[in-house]
Amino acid sequence: MQDAARILQLVINGSAAGCIYGLVALGFVLIYKATEMVNFAQGDIMMLGGFAAYTFIATLGMNYWLGALLAIGATALFGYLLDVLILRRVIGQPQFQVVMLTLGLGFIFRAAAGIGWGYDSIAFVTPFTNKVVRAGGLVLGQDNLSIIAGTLVLCGVLYVFFSRTRLGIAMQASSQNQLAAYYMGIPVRSVFSMIWAISAGVAAVAGILLSPVSMIDVNMGGIGIKAFAAAVLGGFGSIPGALVGGIIVGVVEQLSGYYLPPGTQDVTSNVVLLAVLVLRPQGLFGQTIRKRV
Amino acid sequence: MSYFEAKSIAVRFGGIRAVDDVSFDVNKGEVFCIIGPNGAGKTTIFNLISRIYNVTDGKLVFDGQDFTKMPAHRIAGLGIARTFQNIELFANASVLQNLLIGRHTHAQANLLAQLCFLPSTRRAEIGHREKVEDVIDFLELQRYRDTLIANLPYGVRKIVELGRALCTEPKILLLDEPSSGLNAEETEVMGFWIEDIQKDLGITVIMVEHDMSLVTAVANRVMALNYGKVLAMGTPAEVQRDPEVIRAYLGGDP
Repeated sequence: MQDAARILQLVINGSAAGCIYGLVALGFVLIYKATEMVNFAQGDIMMLGGFAAYTFIATLGMNYWLGALLAIGATALFGYLLDVLILRRVIGQPQFQVVMLTLGLGFIFRAAAGIGWGYDSIAFVTPFTNKVVRAGGLVLGQDNLSIIAGTLVLCGVLYVFFSRTRLGIAMQASSQNQLAAYYMGIPVRSVFSMIWAISAGVAAVAGILLSPVSMIDVNMGGIGIKAFAAAVLGGFGSIPGALVGGIIVGVVEQLSGYYLPPGTQDVTSNVVLLAVLVLRPQGLFGQTIRKRV
Repeated sequence: MSYFEAKSIAVRFGGIRAVDDVSFDVNKGEVFCIIGPNGAGKTTIFNLISRIYNVTDGKLVFDGQDFTKMPAHRIAGLGIARTFQNIELFANASVLQNLLIGRHTHAQANLLAQLCFLPSTRRAEIGHREKVEDVIDFLELQRYRDTLIANLPYGVRKIVELGRALCTEPKILLLDEPSSGLNAEETEVMGFWIEDIQKDLGITVIMVEHDMSLVTAVANRVMALNYGKVLAMGTPAEVQRDPEVIRAYLGGDP
């Protein structure tokens, strides 16, 4: 009985970590689907979102919810401008140039954050910090539960946005066929910038939800690699796949940390990534598109 | 003043004059056809009108409005729709979804109302669906309504693309080689659709076409191009008799 409870607890904590990977992976997938660019700075944008929230909540003393909302908005605006000023220029360039550019941007963001906010780990008080929920034999941190709940709400909103709103459908159309989208009256370029804004906003949500669990520091964007594994596991073009992939990576990581020798936890996401590439390269939800001739 | 007018438009790609001092005007309600050998600049003219390329010289005027410098995504709002030679549909979406996207320029813009699916949004969506159903009935696409584009034969996709253009409620329809990839029978059917679009819907049509049987069947006037310049303009019969046009197609002493 105690063992079952422990496993359940590990699974829930793993899912919470996995939700963060999933949210960052979602950012990868949104941008990739629309522009066929892989944004390796996604994890660092999450870090910037965390620092923005720190500034609004801890430094300026705002209410948590207001500060979080402003941080998400500010990061989204940042993502929008990133596309307008820089990334729009490399659309259609070879994939390698995009990879180098986004990796380089990641370095710049980390350095800038270090100069602006310092290299120490910092945290701000959230309504969920250091509180626990006891149910049966389970002891669950509210911070972890808030991550899962926050992710579910965000996914619901995004689902409605993409399936029902004019802008959301315009985004889907632009990712499927840019030329056709133009002649349906869709301003494809600014729609792409909006997608960057949404990706950055989602990353900021991840950073804010993660902060009570693991604090904010310049290198927190390193989980981008785990999120990348999650995106590949999900099929890289699939939005639900990104989330499911993230949760799988998170749970596997927690369980291996408990049952396997110390140190294995850190490499599990890479093991998952390699295993997917060998066993099921199209990912769990990947579509293999057959061309009719 | 004419309904649609291209005033000595020209475009250069490097040293090549792909379109050189071409002028034509199109009257309201007519089917105007652009013909010419490969590389004559027909599709380039379409791409100039639909603002994929910028003109180097000249002016484009539609319904009294100069749209020479308008961005491509605003062309649909102006009332100009187009189809493509190689079909540009949303391949992973159904026929219905493709047609509904055609309603984009007419859609409500209030994001919050749409997220909450307010009654106003619902009414607007029903209105759009009705318009789309009209087009489905008009082009007899009923049985393909929920089929994915990727699973449709080529000929049907061409009709779907035509339908999507009609869903934008255009005043002018640009058809880029409506017969390409179609067999003789399908081409004849395409001709009937174009006639219906002109007569029943009152839409002005500008088309690029190779198939002279289709041109003769539907066109009111024809413009023949070669090397980016106008060779002849007139009724299909006049243009086909024109010695310059015959020389361009069949060769001969320059």
